[in-house]
Amino acid sequence: MSTDDHEKGPSRRKVLECMTWAGTGVLWTVAGGVPTSLGIIDEALAQQSKGFTFLQISDSHMGFDKPANPNTKGTLEESIGRVKALTVKPSFMIHTGDISHLSKPAEFDDADRIISDARLDVHYVPGEHDIIDEDQGKLYRERYGRGTKGAGWYSFDADGVHFIGLVNVVDLKAGGLGNLGNEQLEWLEDDLKGRSASQPIVVFAHIPLWTVYPDWGWGTQDSARALEYLKRFGSVTVLNGHIHQVMQKVEGNVTFHTARSTAFPQPAPGSAPSPGPMKVPDDKLRTMLGIASVTFKQNEQRLAIIDTPLQ
Amino acid sequence: MTKKTKSLTNSVITGVVALVVFTATPTWADDVAVKIGNFTFGPQELKVKSGTTVTWTNEDDIPHTVVSPNNFRSKPLDSEDKYSFTFSTPGTYKYFCSLHPHMTGTIVVEAATGSITPQQ
Repeated sequence: MSTDDHEKGPSRRKVLECMTWAGTGVLWTVAGGVPTSLGIIDEALAQQSKGFTFLQISDSHMGFDKPANPNTKGTLEESIGRVKALTVKPSFMIHTGDISHLSKPAEFDDADRIISDARLDVHYVPGEHDIIDEDQGKLYRERYGRGTKGAGWYSFDADGVHFIGLVNVVDLKAGGLGNLGNEQLEWLEDDLKGRSASQPIVVFAHIPLWTVYPDWGWGTQDSARALEYLKRFGSVTVLNGHIHQVMQKVEGNVTFHTARSTAFPQPAPGSAPSPGPMKVPDDKLRTMLGIASVTFKQNEQRLAIIDTPLQ
Repeated sequence: MTKKTKSLTNSVITGVVALVVFTATPTWADDVAVKIGNFTFGPQELKVKSGTTVTWTNEDDIPHTVVSPNNFRSKPLDSEDKYSFTFSTPGTYKYFCSLHPHMTGTIVVEAATGSITPQQ
């Protein structure tokens, strides 16, 4: 390719960047299980102006300081800045795990200090990085587990929506994927019993509850049983983290969605030798980190997820 | 073949045998290394004599663990952290990373022979 060719029109790289940008701002609405893209982010924000909104953040990895992002505190602060700048104040926040990198008290302290600046209630579930203290999760349960069952699972209702926080990072088996375990699945079955099928359900957990890429452990081995209990409901939204990138899949009435990390990106499935932290040029990092907001419109059974990058 | 060449061949063979014994020494030594990199244990399967100490080193930017249920369990290993375990009982030890369970490995421990057997 000559230099002249290079000057004509946008380069392939630029086009790809633009595609990435457009992709990050797409608003999805789901009506009757059929997702419809309504447009990019400005339009999406306008659509969001009415209804009940909550925020998802994920994978803060406080304490991580490797080349992929030596300043994870800074990018978490920027993420919380994004939350504070929202014109419509969310009702609360969920954090889908990996709050810390090594389950150290100082890492949890940093996360709590920065996240509390949003002045929102936060509902947590643990990631595998949050339960590697000596007592395998004691620190997490002391801080975030009040009123929860087992390793930290629970449910609550908000604005007519039933929220279920699940733990799929405990008692993992050699060669396996994420794991919910029998005790938690029995609890889930019981928790859903007697609920109206028209009540919207939001399930959140750290590792994806659908099989994204088993070679990298990106899935949950016994999630099929959980989904069996959920299939009679008309609107089910499953929110996960762990893979540090946005992915979405719709299966029947269930929408699966993963959020970006606030700390560092990970490669697309199979695109690298391992799922380890991905080093990108400094000026690209913030396009690959971010937050997600989710809006329910009452009486419309509609749900909109908007992923917003930091840059 | 003349007698002379035969004797030369024999000494070459002796030399080769000596070399094999010499290069095989690491599996008899007290220390063998396993590298944790790109979310894999390398070598994934390792044969050692009982009494051998195996040392895992995490070369990833993500913590890993080395866990063989009921046998041994490391603390989370941050980048460049090491964990060592001395295998004194022959057997097959399957292990994995409890954070990333798709990462698995095996250590096969064979009985040591002769005077270096630690069991005696």
